[in-house]
Amino acid sequence: MTFISRRDLLKRAAFAAAAVPVFRRSSDAFAVQAGPLENLTSEQSAILDAVVARLIPSDDLGPGAKEAGVVHYIDRALGGALASSRPAYASGLAALDRYARSSRGDAFARLSPTDQDSVLIDVETGAATGFTGSSAVFFNLVLNHTHQGTFGDPYYGGNANFVGWDLLGYPGVRTMVSAADQKQLEAGALKPNHKSAYDYDAFTKAGK
Amino acid sequence: MATRLKDTDVVIVGLGAAGGVAALPLAQAGLEVIGLEAGSWLTRHDFAPDELRNNYRGWPQAVQKANQEIPTSRANASSPTGPRGNIHPMQNGVGGTTLHYWAQSWRLNPWDFKVVSETKRRYGASRIPQGSTVEDWPFGLDELEPFYDKVEYEIGVSGQAGNIDGKIDARGNRFEGARKRAYPMPPLRSTEFLEKMTTAARTLGWHPFPGPAAVNSRPYQNRSACMYHGFCNRGGCHVDAKNSTAVTTIPRAQATGRFKVVTRAHATTIEVDGDGRATGVTYVTDGVEYFQPAKVVLVASFTYENVRLLLLSKSKAFPNGVSNNHGQVGRHYFSHHQGAPVTALFPFDLRSWYGLPAQGVAVDNWADDNFDHASLDFIGGGNLWAMSDRRPITAAGMNTFGRVPNWGSAWKRFVKENADRSHSSYIQKTTLPYEDNYLDLDPTAKDPLGFPVCRITAEFKDNERKIAAFMQDKMEEWYRAAGAIAIQRAPVGGAMGVSTHAYGGTRMGDNADTNVVNRWGLSHESPNLGVLGASVMGTSGAHNPTLTAQALAWRTAEHVVKNWKTIARSTGATL
Repeated sequence: MTFISRRDLLKRAAFAAAAVPVFRRSSDAFAVQAGPLENLTSEQSAILDAVVARLIPSDDLGPGAKEAGVVHYIDRALGGALASSRPAYASGLAALDRYARSSRGDAFARLSPTDQDSVLIDVETGAATGFTGSSAVFFNLVLNHTHQGTFGDPYYGGNANFVGWDLLGYPGVRTMVSAADQKQLEAGALKPNHKSAYDYDAFTKAGK
Repeated sequence: MATRLKDTDVVIVGLGAAGGVAALPLAQAGLEVIGLEAGSWLTRHDFAPDELRNNYRGWPQAVQKANQEIPTSRANASSPTGPRGNIHPMQNGVGGTTLHYWAQSWRLNPWDFKVVSETKRRYGASRIPQGSTVEDWPFGLDELEPFYDKVEYEIGVSGQAGNIDGKIDARGNRFEGARKRAYPMPPLRSTEFLEKMTTAARTLGWHPFPGPAAVNSRPYQNRSACMYHGFCNRGGCHVDAKNSTAVTTIPRAQATGRFKVVTRAHATTIEVDGDGRATGVTYVTDGVEYFQPAKVVLVASFTYENVRLLLLSKSKAFPNGVSNNHGQVGRHYFSHHQGAPVTALFPFDLRSWYGLPAQGVAVDNWADDNFDHASLDFIGGGNLWAMSDRRPITAAGMNTFGRVPNWGSAWKRFVKENADRSHSSYIQKTTLPYEDNYLDLDPTAKDPLGFPVCRITAEFKDNERKIAAFMQDKMEEWYRAAGAIAIQRAPVGGAMGVSTHAYGGTRMGDNADTNVVNRWGLSHESPNLGVLGASVMGTSGAHNPTLTAQALAWRTAEHVVKNWKTIARSTGATL
């Protein structure tokens, strides 16, 4: 049996004294590119890299999912919050590459962008064969995680250099948005705040 | 064998919206109160502005009890059980879901208490939908008004009154029932887009007003005003400006010295004596079983868990679960119909990246019985709500209105232009209870302790689907008047599924044959057992349930205090 302790109450009271969490350090630390793979094999990583580069391509509008570090995000998360998706990635990526070889004559990563897109359309619509269950389920899994890695907080290893937030015009994580800030936003004059939530040292770090 | 703990006056199971409120009047009246909470304390350190964690990973719960008890659901008794969700809509922690809820704090409309009699009076008995088990509440809004008022001031609600003692104020909701005084704080601030929606509503001849929120629009009770940072939707408040019970009534109850919070306490059984009176609660902490004896037991978890705990608490006096000798536990279940949203695309940026879902403009012209239904084929209506709430992962998943695929360069160009140009409205609509919509125990799915989880068997019926279609028309009209260039509508509703707005299952009413608790929220069958939460509500209205559940909880607690000698089980009784 646990009663609320005095120490907890004091801790709560002490924190109440700080009006707004204080910004601690630059988030350049989060812009570091991928180190060694933690969960994916190099073969799986290469296929996934080629897939996400077509889902959100790098083009005249700026960097895409590959440059955002989506593979790094997914690789890390497969050892944490997305651990239950590990079997789906292992079998899905292998099935996708097999399907590319049998239907288009080469490994997915070596196909032309046009052929890669046509393979992905088959996977998206459930028309691709050789998957455990519908290929559309695997496609949605990868697309959702690609969004998370591109547009999520860079703390988790994606959204490198805030490319995802800049693409959408998201003005960034703040702990306070005053009425004046909102007016600036409405005037199109609010500068993007390139910070991770965990640059604010008041917050307990989340798991990967 | 459970370790028997020292007797207490009242034990509350669950310290969320309802239990966290009830503790205060009980402790202030001099009763010794113990609150059993499955979760632990969370503080503002735990509330990072992190969309991935809040909205995609089920939030920072230290204790994952709720997520191991997600109900199963099916549309009706002959349809298959659907795939089980990953995240329970409620969460464990001192303060419960008030830690991360949207904090919209509405009173019900007077009609919601009198759906049967008012429908008969105005349109005739034939207009009560077939198969519905709806009843009038045992009292009207006037009975609950003082308790709404009490809770609004105790926890702090921001808003604009529309009817003080019958005097209509055009800035507020002209359709609300009379209130005795204004909200303790003015409404949350507006935005350019919300002003545009307000103007559009007025152009249509409607009566827009800012919605009420249990969020501080200015400093209140020595806590900060809202920072509008945009992570309130399933996020806790980093400055304690969201008025969860964890920062309002619970610490105030603790300050009396008579309220003890027991965390990590997983309640498993309400124990009763041979006469069917509640003797206390058995709970498990880290695999060790304890029995907390009490003179009064108040069950205050979420609707699914309230029903489940009653059904699981079998005894000689109650072979089918405590307070279930009339077979009413789990009946009259319904969840708020919020599932037929309308999404609009505008040709300009809405600047909605900051703010909160409780910051918005409402229209109640089409809610409840605020409009004439004589020539319509349904009763009830919906609340139209435009809010300021957007975050990047969700924005990237926006509806593409059939204009581009969901990926690739064309998609990228589309979201670059439109990520801040769409708006979606879920529209809360009247939902009625029906004979064949109910909760029971799942025959196969179990939690880690081996107890069956709750099973939902429920679907929206014709009346709900007709309201949905009608409200979608109104929402589209509103969006178009504000300049929308494209509209998408979701289907009008089928299976109910798991909901954050789950009602009934332990309904309140005078008739013991059709209701589990009496007009005071105490069991018809076990007089010292009370039930708190939306599970006692017999109608939904068109507005969020939390404030009503809190007002009812305060009222039940006050009734227990005033009638302590007749309600409390006498001391010395043994298990």
